[in-house]
Amino acid sequence: MPATPEREKELIARVIAGETDLFHELIRPYERMVYLSILTMLRNEQEAEDAAQEVMINAFRHLKSFRGDAKFSTWLVTIAMNEGRQRLRKAKAAQLESLDEKKEEREGDFTPAVLTDWREIPSEALEKKEMRQKLREAVEQLPPIYREVLVLRDLEELNQEETASALGIPVTLVKVRLHRARMMLQKLLAPILSAAAPARKGFFGRMFQ
Amino acid sequence: MTLECKNVWEHVSEYLDKQLDPKLLMDIEKHLENCEVCSAILDSTRNILILTADKRTYELPVGYSERLHARLEKAIREAPESKNDFT
Repeated sequence: MPATPEREKELIARVIAGETDLFHELIRPYERMVYLSILTMLRNEQEAEDAAQEVMINAFRHLKSFRGDAKFSTWLVTIAMNEGRQRLRKAKAAQLESLDEKKEEREGDFTPAVLTDWREIPSEALEKKEMRQKLREAVEQLPPIYREVLVLRDLEELNQEETASALGIPVTLVKVRLHRARMMLQKLLAPILSAAAPARKGFFGRMFQ
Repeated sequence: MTLECKNVWEHVSEYLDKQLDPKLLMDIEKHLENCEVCSAILDSTRNILILTADKRTYELPVGYSERLHARLEKAIREAPESKNDFT
């Protein structure tokens, strides 16, 4: 659980003032978030772990430059995204990314996977390693510009503005990319997961939120 | 206004995020009442996102946190601006 905003602010001030040991406590709620945003970008566990460590060290060294106008979590994710991109660039994977940018113009319409026999997959299904792997593989298959938006919005639950800020893109683009990312994910996963869905026992009313 | 399925699909994401304007939301809800296909698409998308975001889907490597804090500790100790005593 993240610290309260007040406690977090206090921790930041005290670390800057010299109580550097408190930095451990400050970043503890965000360990997963930083790792995950880099892992989904680099798709390599070992490199993601090393990069996550670098991110936290960088955050420590530059904590003074953190201004309270953004959330600390958004600031951290921004550093993480930059670290991930830098490493991708080094791996020359950036070529792929620019291709995706060009493609974006043309990718207007998506036809979702239409499966009227879709039943909800219960969350217990995640106890199966195979199920978890299928989900991760589908996320990995998304082009990077869509994947990063989906990860920040849906996995890390940043809001639109925070996501836009962390990625350095306008909110409108976050919305467009998120929609496409979700539809791609639906198309990839619905056919695979429907096989795991409990058998349908006839039509019944759905709950609309 | 009668919506076609294709029009509904364009708004799946905003629907899930509850960002639709009230008029469009009403039209979509009306469409959903009679459209098994679009209902299934919405349900499946929502469900897929819930499963993907579940903590169990992505697990941290064993020992990740320990290794992170150990390396961090080293960096903190080495930091020139550190005012901590090495006691």
